[in-house]
Formats: sequence, structure tokens, C-alpha cells
Amino acid sequence: MSTAWTPAEQPDSFVFDSASEAEIAGVLSKYPEERKASAVMPLLYIAQRQMGRVTGSAWVPVVAMDVIAQRLGMAAMRVYEVASFYTMFNTRPIGRYHLQVCTTTPCWLRGSDDVVEACQKATGIQHFGETSADGLFTMTEVECLGACANAPILQVDDDFYEDMNAERTAKVIAELRAGRRPTPGPMIDRNVSAPEGGRKTLLSSSTADQE
Amino acid sequence: MVRVIVDGTPVDVPPGSSALQACEAAGKEIPRFCYHERLSVAGNCRMCLVEVARAPKPVASCGFPVADGMQIFTDTEVVRRARRAVMEFLLINHPLDCPICDQGGECDLQDQAYGYGSGVSRYKEDKRAVTDKDLGPLVKTVMTRCIQCTRCVRFSTEVAGTPELGLVSRGENAEITTYVEKALTSELSGNLIDVCPVGALTAKPSAFHARSWEYKKTDSIDVMDALGTNIQVQARGGEVMRIVPRVNDDVNEEWLSDKGRFSIDGLKRKRLDRPWVRVHGKISSVSWKDALIALARRFDGVPGDRIGAIAGDLCDAESLCAIKDLLQSLGSSNLDCRQDGAWYDTSARAGYLFNSDISGIDQADALLLVGTMPRHEAPVLNARIRKRFVDAGRGGFPIGMIGTPSADMTYDVTVLGNGPDVLADILSGKNAFAEVLQNAKNPMIIVGHSALTRRDAPAIYAACRELAHACGAVTPEWQGLNILHTAASRVGALDLGFLPGPQGCDAASMLRGGVEILWLLGADDVQLDRIPPETFVVYLGHHGDAAAQRADIILPGAAYTEKPGTYVNMAGRVQRAFRAVFAPGEAREDWRIIRAFSEVLGHTLPYDTLEQLRAHMAQVNPVFAMNGGSAQRLAGTTGGQAAPASGQAGELMPAPFRPVIQDYYQTNVISRASQTMAECSKVYGVAPAVAAE
Amino acid sequence: MLADKDRIFTNLYGQNDWRLEAARKRGDWANTADILAKGRDAIIAEMKASGLRGRGGAGFPTGLKWSFMPKQSDGRPHYLVINGDESEPGTCKDREVMRHEPHKLIESALIASFAMGAHASYIYIRGEFCREAERLQAAIDEAYAAGLLGKNAAGSGWDFDFRIHRGAGAYICGEETALLESLEGKKGQPRMKPPFPAGVGLYGCPTTVNNVESIAVTSTIMRRGAAWFAGLGRPNNAGSKLMAISGHVNTPCVFEEELGVPLKDIIEKHGGGVRGGWDNLLAVIPGGCSVPLLPKSVCETVLMDYDSLRAEHSGLGTACMIVMDRSTDIIKAIARFSKFFKHESCGQCTPCREGTGWMMRMMDRMVQGRADIEEIDLLEQVTRQVEGHTICALGDAAAWPIQGLIRHFRPEMEERIRQYKAAYGSTGLVQVPAGGVPAAVE
Ligand SMILES: Cc1cc2nc3c(=O)[nH]c(=O)nc-3n(C[C@H](O)[C@H](O)[C@H](O)COP(=O)(O)O)c2cc1C
Ligand code: SF4
Ligand code: SF4
Ligand code: FES
Ligand code: FES
Repeated sequence: MSTAWTPAEQPDSFVFDSASEAEIAGVLSKYPEERKASAVMPLLYIAQRQMGRVTGSAWVPVVAMDVIAQRLGMAAMRVYEVASFYTMFNTRPIGRYHLQVCTTTPCWLRGSDDVVEACQKATGIQHFGETSADGLFTMTEVECLGACANAPILQVDDDFYEDMNAERTAKVIAELRAGRRPTPGPMIDRNVSAPEGGRKTLLSSSTADQE
Repeated sequence: MVRVIVDGTPVDVPPGSSALQACEAAGKEIPRFCYHERLSVAGNCRMCLVEVARAPKPVASCGFPVADGMQIFTDTEVVRRARRAVMEFLLINHPLDCPICDQGGECDLQDQAYGYGSGVSRYKEDKRAVTDKDLGPLVKTVMTRCIQCTRCVRFSTEVAGTPELGLVSRGENAEITTYVEKALTSELSGNLIDVCPVGALTAKPSAFHARSWEYKKTDSIDVMDALGTNIQVQARGGEVMRIVPRVNDDVNEEWLSDKGRFSIDGLKRKRLDRPWVRVHGKISSVSWKDALIALARRFDGVPGDRIGAIAGDLCDAESLCAIKDLLQSLGSSNLDCRQDGAWYDTSARAGYLFNSDISGIDQADALLLVGTMPRHEAPVLNARIRKRFVDAGRGGFPIGMIGTPSADMTYDVTVLGNGPDVLADILSGKNAFAEVLQNAKNPMIIVGHSALTRRDAPAIYAACRELAHACGAVTPEWQGLNILHTAASRVGALDLGFLPGPQGCDAASMLRGGVEILWLLGADDVQLDRIPPETFVVYLGHHGDAAAQRADIILPGAAYTEKPGTYVNMAGRVQRAFRAVFAPGEAREDWRIIRAFSEVLGHTLPYDTLEQLRAHMAQVNPVFAMNGGSAQRLAGTTGGQAAPASGQAGELMPAPFRPVIQDYYQTNVISRASQTMAECSKVYGVAPAVAAE
Repeated sequence: MLADKDRIFTNLYGQNDWRLEAARKRGDWANTADILAKGRDAIIAEMKASGLRGRGGAGFPTGLKWSFMPKQSDGRPHYLVINGDESEPGTCKDREVMRHEPHKLIESALIASFAMGAHASYIYIRGEFCREAERLQAAIDEAYAAGLLGKNAAGSGWDFDFRIHRGAGAYICGEETALLESLEGKKGQPRMKPPFPAGVGLYGCPTTVNNVESIAVTSTIMRRGAAWFAGLGRPNNAGSKLMAISGHVNTPCVFEEELGVPLKDIIEKHGGGVRGGWDNLLAVIPGGCSVPLLPKSVCETVLMDYDSLRAEHSGLGTACMIVMDRSTDIIKAIARFSKFFKHESCGQCTPCREGTGWMMRMMDRMVQGRADIEEIDLLEQVTRQVEGHTICALGDAAAWPIQGLIRHFRPEMEERIRQYKAAYGSTGLVQVPAGGVPAAVE
């Protein structure tokens, strides 16, 4: 059962656990009953998260796609198509921490090459798509994350680490290795996407901090 | 009608037409790859771009709806440039391996590259290579040739109803695949080869055998089921190389079942190519003359009522007529065309036809399946039911089934129960499906041979008939009570009256010693082990299958591709096949053998040419004069008879319906001789089952 | 330039609480029922009069778009779908609305939906914006609890449900019909138009797709009036707009600014100037990577609005600028976009599927100079062969940046080729393995 997309090693079965079932119930209530195929992406996420919870590797095996197909009354092929189309569904096992480095031009202009290099150095990973020997990290090249004013961005799982450079990257990875998640957001002295050193607008009394 | 102006010429087209259809109506050829008349519009190849006045850029004509007064230009510099551009893009990653491609000579890409391309390649980068996929024993893939038009995906999803092919991943990496390697589970998968515009999907069994332009092409009729699919037999050097469907919207649209397409290697194996005679238990080959003389000697002195004939499922009407005439001239009325022992209401033609015609399915708005599994009994007809199901939209075509589906039906069915007692419940209104039929404008009931081959068939049919009358399935405007046949020869035989006469034996009693001489006309699927040793068995047929083993004399006949023949499909449509190749060795056209034998016997049949025989058939039953005619226009089919009271027909029995086809790929002597079909049977096992879309 | 009193997004940086109570203090949800009481036609008329043009990139007049929705339902429900896919490189403005001004967005969605007869709205948020979606969901939960959503939303008499649908990594899902496909549970492959979403959209029902920002400004326009909004900016380029600056400036940031302000002033004020000073500027891509770049000479004078940028063969796009100083390898900067488009093509239609890969490979060689000078013309022709021949505008978007590069930096490209020839003798075309790793595991 091995194709270019599906790794040879696949679990034989997949069952949503009770935490996932609770989420599924919420998801299904969002869409008209006869349009429940709309829930395919949410369910793929739920399956992927459950795999992460249970096995430490957040990916979607083929059996999980089959279970989802059945649940939503879709042909399994349609689920495979969806899972393979969107880059955030991992159709192969990944490391515990997913290092996603944005290398699109705005991040590149501000030093994403350094971030990539720092990731390589800190994890031993050679190329994008690879997992570190200890199974802790997978490094992926991603396209613009929609946070270019805080470039370059390193996304770890669901969190954005912003205004990165080599040194900050090494630090974040060291923390992760130690089992701690650093606070996401800008890594320099700035408030979200406001200019470094303090915002230049919204200073008048009506719009300034109310506290 | 909507008036549009194509290159200055006004044409009127129905509202809702596409610009492409308008261009065709105006006689302008529009190149296309992804567009296929019978599939949804994808608009992805971009080959059909045309200019439309006031549109800011060229539009894909296949998906662009016409509007009144719209001006379309198909021959401008913009359009020519667009086509050249698309052609160039399609070819940059194409292997250009036409000399070794099975599609060579009938490839849309090859043709259109000549017509619309620029002829030079400016692409210097590396070409993409795509790994081939294993889709099972029938369809071979060379995926690097794929142009991602998604016709195959749309065919399997929409027409076949087995959504196992998809375009996965995206961008340049997008690939046609089953994702998990598996064989396609469809009885229609061969059509993928036809819909694929390039050589990405080709026939696995005939890979590299020949090139399309070398074929001699002959129109014929498929006999692997009773639909009467219009086919073209393509031969080279006296050998059938390929069978492809012809378009006939009233019958098969443009599809062909896999058995009809891929059984052809069975035409070359296990063939009876000379006459054989059994002497003292030992079978030996003899000349025609000796065989016929030996047979005539055996006939000598046997009274007519001790001679009988059973006809098989693949027979042409000509040979049926000839054997019937011969036996009758000998005073025999022991004739039966029902190997399976089916019962029909033969009081009128409507009693045994698919009366609504195949295309009637398109008008039906509720369907009850009684003892039939169309997917295995007539896959192309099943696709028609599916088409209706899809077109009607959610809940628009409710389908009830009495029986147990032995595979996914490819559409939603409500299984109402597994035995005929359900019919009583529907009649009494106890079963809710009664209301569904009642509310339908054109309700349809299809009765299959799981019902008609039972002892209580008359009662089942009577109940169906009563139900049909009660729910309005039989009215002057609508003929919705249909019989689904599985044997290609059956309706023709019934039209010829190939049935036991008032004093005659039926198949079962003939087999059980009811006759002294039993003539099996291609009848292999009877219980041969019942035949007592003293019965003298004549086998006229083309394959060394079961019956030939038992025969005392074997007369080698011609298979359907080897003779001109008339077949009447389940809807009563009379269709003619032509001879594509000659029968092997000494084998001859069946009716000519019978004619020759009649002469030896001294009961010479009154016709010596095919034309004379056919004229005679038309006298026996005028339907045979109506080549290609539809059921409705034929005598005896219109108007409903009064329903017989169900009491007269006996009691319904509770036993569940059992499928008539256990293994779709092994149903007759040809498919049983085919290695391809044997391989399919092995891969798919008995009764393939898949998930519904 | 825009004064604080005219800002719509007063909590842009989340300097104050995003929650309902604080949002109410900023004026959100103040008199929503009164706004709805004006009626559908009045709201649409007000929006038309405001001159608001779509903030998602194409700049289509928002009020006009709303007016395409059927006045009367034929039995099918109507939908408003909000485009929060924000994946155009350089663009990072809607993120701030979703995480810092969620209530402004929700309230505006109610007003807009009411104006179009929709009882339900979905917002499609790019998958990577996981935290932003969580934040917005929390705000939605608050709004339901406060009776601002659901039956008789905000006491308006209008029933309204607002739900989030998350994407999963596909830029193409920002294209409105691909977004609808994705929302229906399919691959994000754009549909052919016609039919347009206003006739056949989500689930086959009349649907309007609007950018997050286009919707979020609605409540303020309705409160302060069309005249106020139209008074900002320039004729046909009305209002204020969320913008961002990334790249080689001293202080990259997101901000709200009036349309029609000189680009140079914006870079100086909000961006804190070009790194190394104005004269160190090489080029600016004014509105996300799809719009052609502007060389420094144009940047000196051009105004930031739809029409001014159009006149310079570029576009306002998303108004999120990418600034590049003279240290930039401009060919590489654009080549990276070619890689982006190749990666993000849905693969459906021939010119884009095949053309984006071809363009990327040629651009990669241009970066090295491993090409012939005439191949610049071939590259340009390939962009023309893609442009205008595809199902959706991604094909065009892939072509334009390269066209802009050739238009303004052809001498640099030629020089690169000459240098390569000088160093290596010839182009020495070495075949690079094609295809590579499938997208799913990249
Ligand atoms: C390839 C492509 C990507 C797009 N991405 C986005 C996007 O991320 N966000 C967005 O609002 N519009 C995007 N659009 C534009 C939308 O198709 C659509 O025009 C827009 O959502 C309409 O909203 P507006 O009228 O409010 O601007 C994209 C268009 C294309 C062709
Ligand atoms: S395999 Fe053939 S039919 Fe299928 S997408 Fe490719 S070219 Fe089209
Ligand atoms: S232009 Fe590209 S992204 Fe758009 S539909 Fe075509 S292939 Fe897909
Ligand atoms: S380019 Fe990295 S976030 Fe936009
Ligand atoms: S035939 Fe119209 S786009 Fe393919």
C-alpha cells in the first residue's frame, strides 16, 4: 500500500477517542446536515491532533482518512484528494515539534536563510522535509505565513515565533528540547505588529490604552 | 432558442448551450481535451479558448454559457495564439513517445499538436516523470503521458459510480491515482481507455499488439449481456484485436461493459474448429460430410417428438430460426430457449420486454428492483440508472430493491426485503414504498431473473403487474413494467417462439430424458449431469466448454464476431451484427450448418441465403423486419393488458431471491475461455463490493 | 495622512482588550439594531456611497457587489463568506483584525449579512492562523452568550449565525471560488465563472465573498456615514486602508493609513525609512507579491491608491508593501515568488500547472545567469502565454512579477548572464531533477 504519498508503514486501524468525538460533535453542528462533507478538513485536523496526542507524531494515516470518509458519507478518494492537496495535513509521520520556516521573499529579505541554518545546526537536519535523528523535530519549508511585518517567522506547530534570527532560533529550539514552549510572538522589543520601539499611531487619548 | 453569431454566421441554439456547442452548431471545430459530452464540464485544459465580444480575455468555450446576440470568434490571432500556448504547455512535460504509444494514431494530443501547435519545442528544462499506477488487470497506465484533464476521474465518479480515481496533490505534482494501490472495481473500467484523450490509460490485455490504423473495423452487437450494446470489432489478420463501443443513445450511449470489451482472448481459446463424432465412447474428428451423414443416420427413425433443442444465451436469431424450422419440419415442438428455466408471460410481447426502452430510465421518477442486480447483469444499463439517480438530484429518484445487493449498486437503494412477500406488502400498502410508487409520475418496476427463474415466477410477475397497474406504471403514455434479461439471445428467441409447443417438452424435461436426441445450440449452462446416458446429444457451438464434453456429435459453429447475425435486445430492439473475421478452421456459420444438415436429412429448409432466411424470419414475426426499431414502435408492445388476478398465478413463496450471477467475469463460454476474465475473476473475487460515493 | 480620530481599527495592536466589554467601549455593538432597522436597501446604498472598494486585492466596489445578491430568496439560503485566507506574500493585515478587533468583524458581518439577506456567514481563516481563529472563536462565543449572535441577533429581529472554517495550507483558497470549494469539503480548485457566486456560490446558493477588512469597516461606515468615509482618500480611491510594510525598512509594521498618500511618506513615517536611507532603495512591491514591482524612480512620487498604482503598471493589491534596498538580489527576490506560485498552483489548468514550473525553472537559471540573453524574451513570452488563459487569476499573478522584473531590471538580468558566461564559458545547461518531492511532504 505504498505510493508516493502514503508511507509503507501504516497503522491497521484508527478510532476517534472521546476527546476527538467531542470536538467532532461541535464541528458537525456548524454545517447543514446534508453538507457534512464540509467537515472533512476539521476532521482531518482532529485526527492529526489525536495522532499527535497519542503517538507524539501528528499525522494522518490512510485508515483515519477512511474512517473520516465513512463518517461523512464521502468516497474515500475524495478524502485522499483533500488530505494530499493541503500542505498542513501530514500524510507521513513527523517529529514531535514541527519547525516550519517561512522562506518567502519578505522573510528571506530579513534573514530567513539564517533561521534555516540555525534550525539545521540545532537539530542536525540536513534538508527540508526531514526529521531529526532523535525524532523530535521535523523541518519544513513553508510559504508566507501572513505575518511578514514580523519577518522572519518560525512557526512551531501552531505558534508563530516572530522577528527571528539565528541566535533566537537556537534559543527557541533549545527550550523546546528542554520540554518548554517559549512564549510565541515577536522576539524583539515590539508589541505585535506595531513598529519596533513603540507605535506611531493610535496615540491620542481616545484610542490609546484605556487601562 | 438563443441566437449567437459565430465568426459572423448567426446560429440558433437551445438556451443553456455552451459557446462550444454553438460553435459546433455553426460548423466550427473547437479543439478540446477535457470536455466530454457525457461528463461534467471541468474547463481545465484551456484548449477550447475562443474570443467573445466584450469579454476582456479569451473564454473557455466548453463552459461558457451562450447569451442572446453573443458574438463568438474562433479564428482570430488571439485564439490561435492561445491554442498554440496551451499546446506548448501540454507538450513540455509530455514524453513524446508516440512511436511506442498504443494511443498512436488516435490520440487527441497528437492530432491537435499537428493542427494547432507550433511544431518546435522551446522547453529546455527537465521533463517531469510520473510513476505508473497499477489499476488492475484491464487498464494499463503510462502516467507521464497524462495531461491531467480529469476525464477519467469524472467518468469513474459520475458515470461508473465507483469513485476510486482522483487527482491528488496539486500543481505540477498533481497526479491521477487511486492513492492506495488497488485495482479499479468497476465493470465499466474499460471505458476509461476511451475517455482518456491521450495514451495515459490504455488496454492492458492488448498492449503493444497493434496500431489503430491497421485494424479492419466492423459494426457488431455485444452478446455478453442482453443490453445489445453497439460495438465495433477491430480485427487484423483474421484476429479480433479490440472491441470498442459505438454510440447509440437509445441503447448504450457510448459505453461498453468490461466483459464485452475484454473477453476477446476467449474467442481464440478452447475453440471447436472441426466436427467431432463419438464412437464407442471415443471422440474423433471427422469431415463435415461424415459428421452430417452420421448425424442423419442417428436421426433416422427417431420420431419427431423424441427430438428436442435447447438454445443457449449467445445465439443469433438466424440459427434459432433455422433449428426451430428444422425440428418443426420433423414434427417436434420440443424447443426451449430458457437454459435457466425462466418463466415469462408470453401472451404478448410486452410480457417479456424492457418495455420503457433503455432510454425510458431517463424519464422514470421512482424505481422498484425485483430480483435483479443490474450492476452485474447489465453494467451499462446500471450506469443509466445511476445517471438518472444523479440527474434527479437528492431524493429525486427513489429506488427500492427487493433482494440482497451482492455489491454496491452505485446509487442509493432502499432494501425493502429479500423475498417476494414484500411485493404483497407493497400491494397492500403496508410497505411505505407503495406511497413512493404511487406519488411518482413515471414509476418503473424492473423484474429480473432472480425472480423469473423461481417456481413462483408467475405469481411474482402477476404481483408486479398488479402493482404496476395500481401505481400507474402501465398507462397509454408510460410503459414502466420492465423485464431485465441477461441472455443476448433470449428476446429474439421468444420473438421466434422458441418455446415448447402445447405437447412439447421444456428444457428441464428434455434434459431428464424427455427426448432421445437433444440438440444443444450453444447451450452450455444447463444441468448437463441430468442427461441420461442413452440420450444422444448434438452440440452446435463454438467453444469446447461443458456441453461439448457430453456431446455425441460436435458441430463447430461461429462465435458472434464471426457471423452476420440478428440480436434482439431486452427492450425488443432488433439489431444486426456483421461478420468481422472468419470462424477458425472448419467452423461455419451456425444456420448454414443447420441448412446443410436439413438437406442431408431430406428436409431441406426453404432458404439458402441470409436474405431469404431473414425474409422468412420477418414472416414468422414482423419485428424482424424492423432493424434498429425501438420497442414502442413494434407490434404487440403497446398498451397494457388487463392484469391477471394474482390468485390464478399461484402463491408467492417466502424464500429470498438469490443472485443469478455469482461471478460477473465468468458467465458464458467466451468469458470462461478468456484468460483476462479469469484474471479479473481472481482479482475481484466473486461479487466485488465497494463503498458508495 | 490619517489622523487618529479617523481611524477605524482603534485596537489594531491589541493595546487594549479584544473582549466584548472593551470592544463596546470602543463603540462596537453600540446601536446595531438601529443600523439594521434602516433596511437592506439603505445599508447597501450607504455602502455604495462610501466608495469602499474591496480590500482583498481586486478593488471591486463593495456596495455594488452586495447589490448583486438576489433581493428575494427563491428558497435557497443566502450566504456571506468572509475571506480570511490572507496568504498573499507580504500581506499581514487581516490577522490584526481577527485577533485584535474580532467584535468589529462580527458586528459588521451581521450588518453585511442582513443587507444581503443572509442568515449565516462563514469566515474562512487560513490554517496557519490557529491562534487567531481561537481568538475569534472566543469572541464569537461571547457574542452568542450576549445575544448578539443567534436568534434575533443583537435585538435586531434578524437571526444570524457566524462560524469559522479553517483552511489548511493552500494560498489558492484565497481565490473566492476555490475558497467555496474548500468550504464545501473539496480540494481548493477554483471554479469557472460564470456562474458567479452571487448566483451559485456556497452549496449552490447565492453567496458574496468579501475580504475580512472590507467587511470589518462596515460598522464604522454605517455609524459615521458614507460621506465621512468618502471624504478620506481621493475620488474613486476612498477611505482609509490597512497597510503593512515589510522588508528593508527600519521598522516594519502594520498600520492604517489614508489612501492617496505618497508611498514615500508612508515608508518614511510608518516604516521608519528605508534601511540605509532613501537613496539605498532599490524597488518596492506595493501590494503583495502579485503586483509588479516599482523601481525607486517611481517610488519617489507615486501615491498609494488603486488608480495611481495602476497607472504605473502595478496595483494597490492588498496595500502591503515589500521594500527592497540595494543589497537585494532582485532577480532572486522575484524568483522566490515564482517558486511560491509553482508551489501554490492548484494544478487544475494547463497554462498555470505547466507554466508556473517552467517560469520557476527559467527564473532559477536567471538567478545564476545560466541562460542566454534571448531567453529573457522567451521567459517574457511564457508569462504572456500563461496570462489571461487560466481559470483563475493565480496564473496572471504568477506572470506579473516576472513581467515587472523584465520591464524594470532587464539590464541586471543581462549582466548576470554575461557574468556567468564570462565565468563558465557558456550556459552549460545542467539538467536539474524535475518534480522533486511531492507537495504533501515538502
Ligand atoms: C490566487 C488568489 C488569491 C487570493 N487570496 C486572497 C486572500 O488571501 N484574501 C482575500 O481577501 N482575497 C484574496 N483573493 C481575492 C478574492 O478572490 C476575492 O476577490 C476577494 O476575497 C473579494 O473580496 P473583496 O471584494 O472584499 O476584496 C485572492 C485572489 C486570487 C486570484
Ligand atoms: S489519465 Fe487520461 S483521462 Fe485521466 S486525467 Fe490523465 S489524460 Fe485525462
Ligand atoms: S490558474 Fe492555477 S491556481 Fe488558478 S485554477 Fe488554474 S491551475 Fe488552479
Ligand atoms: S513572507 Fe514569511 S510571513 Fe510573509
Ligand atoms: S475543453 Fe474547454 S477547457 Fe478543456
